[in-house]
Amino acid sequence: MFFQTTTPDTSGYMIAGFVVSFLVMGLYVASLYLRSRNLNTDKAMLEEMDKQPASKKK
Amino acid sequence: MQSKPLALTILDVLSIIVLGISTYLALFFAPTELVMGQVQRVFYFHIGTAWTALMGFILAAVFSVTYLVTKNLKWDRYQVAAIEVSLVFFFLTIVLGSIWARPAWNTWWTWDPRLTTAAVTELIYIAYFMLRQGIDDPERRARFGAVYALIGGLSAPITFFAIRLFRTIHPVVIGGANAEAEGGFSMTADMRVAFFFAIFAFTIIFIDLYWNRIRLGELQDKVEQLKLKVSM
Repeated sequence: MFFQTTTPDTSGYMIAGFVVSFLVMGLYVASLYLRSRNLNTDKAMLEEMDKQPASKKK
Repeated sequence: MQSKPLALTILDVLSIIVLGISTYLALFFAPTELVMGQVQRVFYFHIGTAWTALMGFILAAVFSVTYLVTKNLKWDRYQVAAIEVSLVFFFLTIVLGSIWARPAWNTWWTWDPRLTTAAVTELIYIAYFMLRQGIDDPERRARFGAVYALIGGLSAPITFFAIRLFRTIHPVVIGGANAEAEGGFSMTADMRVAFFFAIFAFTIIFIDLYWNRIRLGELQDKVEQLKLKVSM
């Protein structure tokens, strides 16, 4: 970058950076939501099984 | 389903708002850096994510000590949550740094001390989750995880100080200039506003994700306990 006279066009890299940022954060939030939803389903099912009398469990 | 606390819902909304403001400041408010051009704008997110991730790794090391002293599994959940969110943020730091490096250094990656220590830190914490996956007993898993996270926590200050201790091409924007650094720059007043707001915004986002992840850990433990109860 020595002796440069004009500012280089690096917009593409900037856009890529922000797209990746939002994508990664979005994917992580989605993963938190999906894991939470699956665990809540499991919990409801297990609680239902727990309520059943011991004879029915087997 | 466990209802979400109001404070967490407010924090969720606040996170979206501060992320929006931080994006606006980085993209439109901060001036264009003359030597690097538009790509310099990713620097604000790069620093914001790096700051929170390194703090998260140190926080996890503190929770490791607390777990080892108290043997209360609550601290293990706090530690796992801190490491998971930090791992995601630090991954972003590395990717954003690489995107910035391509036009600034003419390469996506180089084995510079800062980049190497950052990559090692990321790999240490990926291995942390692999270690935990291999242990079934919760007490043993928590104990091994705590010792590992405590030792792994050393990598965070090493990564932070790498550019101050070793000869490196990575710029030191805050707290000292490196004459050999490629891509270093001085911040204008507007750049400083975007910079400090990004640090504030990512701290809020980190706290929000961290709290959500702790709740997920609590739910996981409840499901594990129920599974044991039902199988008896």
